[in-house]
Amino acid sequence: MKVLAFIIVCLTGGLLLYGTGELPGWGDPASPASSHLSNHYIEHALEETQVPNLVTAVLADYRGYDTMFETAVVFCAGLACFLLLRDFRPKKDQYYRHVPTGVVLHVKEDAGPIDVGREFEDMDKDWVPADTIIKTVCRILIPFIQIYALYVVAHGDFSPGGGFQGGVIFGASLIMIGIATNLKTLIKRISEKFLAIFSAIGVLVYIGIGVLCMVMGGNFLDYGRLSPIFGEHHIRALGMLGVEIGVGIAVTAVMVIIYVNIVSEGRHDEGL
Amino acid sequence: MDLLQLIATKYNYCLYIVLMMIGLYAMIAKNNLIKKVVGMSIFQTAIILFYVSIGYKHNATIPIIQGDHGHGTHAAILAADYINPLPHVLMLTAIVVSVATFGVAMALCVKIYQRYQTLEEDELRMRLSEK
Repeated sequence: MKVLAFIIVCLTGGLLLYGTGELPGWGDPASPASSHLSNHYIEHALEETQVPNLVTAVLADYRGYDTMFETAVVFCAGLACFLLLRDFRPKKDQYYRHVPTGVVLHVKEDAGPIDVGREFEDMDKDWVPADTIIKTVCRILIPFIQIYALYVVAHGDFSPGGGFQGGVIFGASLIMIGIATNLKTLIKRISEKFLAIFSAIGVLVYIGIGVLCMVMGGNFLDYGRLSPIFGEHHIRALGMLGVEIGVGIAVTAVMVIIYVNIVSEGRHDEGL
Repeated sequence: MDLLQLIATKYNYCLYIVLMMIGLYAMIAKNNLIKKVVGMSIFQTAIILFYVSIGYKHNATIPIIQGDHGHGTHAAILAADYINPLPHVLMLTAIVVSVATFGVAMALCVKIYQRYQTLEEDELRMRLSEK
């Protein structure tokens, strides 16, 4: 099997290397990829969309359909993880630790859960005492990470950034809560229902802006038609910002859904 | 000699071919499913590298128009001054798809492990033929 795989890999690599000879030189401004459509984008995107970041302009305006279905792909990935892994059977035994004394309580299935608070805390199979340094550093860092994520989303029209990037950063900050404390703390702060609704809202915001453009008499995602509502000034940039916010919400929610479902094998009780 | 010259002038393409073949080999030959998924990830990264290197132009800067925006007093924008934004857009979405496929692949691996207590392909095949 290994020899066969090596032969296949060598053959494919050889063919690709042979084909490389026909490809345009690296960094050639006259290469086919940089000579037709992309020149139009570079030279006219600023006057057509008022957005200096050409990547955002192409992503959210010229190729708006593509990005909309991309967001739908992300939503479907979250949905697939949920449907594959989610397990609603409650765990048989629960373990709690009485904080002042350090006594561990073993609660059977029929006894019902104990309220976790100052007196009791949750215990996992491989429980280690919560590290004060890690918890404190995360508590200080997380607000800054979230503000940076919002900046990346909001400033995506003018500097590198956008909905996908900002959404991933925001999702990472939420995942950090789960890693620094435990999974139950994360679930308590951001419930599963909240995440599911938000991942759908993100896609709906995107589609809703497109439909709003249609209601105003234009084509789907023709942001220029929104000017009676939001004013003439930088209207396409505003439309793109709205779309990017939708993308950011969806990506944030889906990142956390994927993380929570994979680390806890769908039981949402214990994980990394 | 010809091959050496090719590698020297177009080493970006050679690098992506090397990365892509590493990923392809891992996907075919590795026995562990997680290693196969990692191979798929390397393969996708190779394609991202290929596209981004296509968009590169000599003596050009990132595709964000410089200067005073939105007042209609722009100097002429030359296409040769900015690198091609289109491959960047395509790869931005490809990265998102690769994250999504990675997540779903991991979920499938977790599910397989729950059912068969193994991720090794030959053991899985043995378990399946037992039934």
